[in-house]
Amino acid sequence: MNTMSNEQDDGIRPAAENSATAVQAMNPVQSQPAEKPIPQAVAKAAPLKQKVSIRDLKFYYGDSLALKSISLPLYAHRATAFIGPSGCGKSTLLRVLNRMYDLYPNQRAEGEVILDGVNILRREQDLNLLRARVGMVFQKPTPFPMSIHDNVAFGIKLYQRLPKAELRDRVEAALMQAALWGEVKDKLNASGLSLSGGQQQRLCIARTVALQPEVILLDEPCSALDPISTAKIEETIDDLKENYTIAIVTHNMQQAARVSEHTAFMYLGELIEFGVTAQIFTSPEKKQTQNYITGRFG
Amino acid sequence: MPIYDTRLRRDKAYLGLCYVAVAIGLGWLAIILATLLFEGVRGISPAVFTQMTPPPGSEGGLLNAIAGSLIMTALGVALGTPLGMLAGTYMAEYGRHSKLTIVVRFINDILLSAPSIVIGLFVYEVLVVRMGHFSALAGAASLAVIVVPVIVRTTEDMLLLVPDPLREAASALGLPRAIVIGKVAYRAARAGLVTGVLLAIARISGETAPLLFTALNNQFFSTNLNAPMASLPAVIFQFALSPYKEWQQLAWTGALLITSAVLVLSVAARVLQTERRVK
Repeated sequence: MNTMSNEQDDGIRPAAENSATAVQAMNPVQSQPAEKPIPQAVAKAAPLKQKVSIRDLKFYYGDSLALKSISLPLYAHRATAFIGPSGCGKSTLLRVLNRMYDLYPNQRAEGEVILDGVNILRREQDLNLLRARVGMVFQKPTPFPMSIHDNVAFGIKLYQRLPKAELRDRVEAALMQAALWGEVKDKLNASGLSLSGGQQQRLCIARTVALQPEVILLDEPCSALDPISTAKIEETIDDLKENYTIAIVTHNMQQAARVSEHTAFMYLGELIEFGVTAQIFTSPEKKQTQNYITGRFG
Repeated sequence: MPIYDTRLRRDKAYLGLCYVAVAIGLGWLAIILATLLFEGVRGISPAVFTQMTPPPGSEGGLLNAIAGSLIMTALGVALGTPLGMLAGTYMAEYGRHSKLTIVVRFINDILLSAPSIVIGLFVYEVLVVRMGHFSALAGAASLAVIVVPVIVRTTEDMLLLVPDPLREAASALGLPRAIVIGKVAYRAARAGLVTGVLLAIARISGETAPLLFTALNNQFFSTNLNAPMASLPAVIFQFALSPYKEWQQLAWTGALLITSAVLVLSVAARVLQTERRVK
């Protein structure tokens, strides 16, 4: 046990105590990224930069505690998967990262979520600017009731005044990134609602990407989709890692294994285990993780 | 199986009662519409739409009353709709969890069912008495008071039907609340909001009591908002009670015109609503 978590948690019950891997994860902070690379994690590239660092996060719905002191990092240009049975707090955690919970009274978070060195849970955080940096894709596709082009251009227009041609280019680039361009390039003026479920979901991804955020949160993005659409979205996620930091909640274990570099297993509002995906799925340290992964509960 | 047989008999008895109830309800409506059509159509002629209401004993039309009704209805809707939409939007969006919303909703429901004659008296007291004379403006104001609660109600209901995930998705792009509401929620609820306005128009186009206290009536064509103005309901009221045959005929025709207009509006509202559901 050392440095980071002690600094942060002194006095408070450190979540890290629960999990050796979590401590390990807290270790390579921004200041000294190369010092202690995570074991097999770094098959891809050497220095892992922490984009987001969640520290001792507690979340309340009214009086009930939904997240019990969660600490873990999200690494830049990596996908982190959150798995666990329904109601374990995965989605809640995701909704803290862009402060979506702020839309509702009676929901509050305690602790720290550090994005590029700044605590986004602080009171004076501008929520709109935060959400432009931390995009989110929801479980059910939610196209706006407007044309495909406008769905994507809508967010851009709010932050930048672009000439029409340039706007078109941005829309095209976003739709390309979401692997949707080929299917819609001839009907950009059709309603977003006229697309199939999988296309709608990719439209939502395009809409999010169009704002050029830094982090993308995906809340069970494939749960309402057929296998073909799911495969397409997984490919999209893989491409997105190049430019973005990704957090994905999923009920599909294979999906977590396929798309993520790190995996966090949560249960009843606690972080049970966090580590390199390959390791979590082959030799988890906790019995609970193993039981869940092998389908013995949840 | 005696239990089953009893049940079957009871089922038939209740079903029979239901048919009777439906027949009574629809029967009266059919009789009213048939009478209206029979009596009203006889009087339909170009003169109805081109000539003024006549003095007793001579021929004439309803032009001033039709124009007056259109002007005051339009003005009443124009005054009442923005107010009602703003209040409804507050209740469904910003104030969804506030106590104020509960209070406003309760008061609005009372206003919604307030007798229109009371509203007429109120506007008479507040506007007509102070201005010293009846006027189209006062008439429009009283109609606006009737419009507001209808719009408040439909706006709130329709916005509440917009799924929250859509709002969340818009907020997740970093859109400020005002834009989430104006560009996304309104657009998703558009058909419902238009329906609300149509229903409000249908509701006030037949109102008589508030107009008698405010706009009174006018035998001549007038577009002066500061002077008394004719309206179909007021003319119908006056002419139907009169002993003159020509007047009575015009009253029937006017009643037919109003009923048709309300019918068209209601059907349009219904069609819009179904379209929304299909989507």
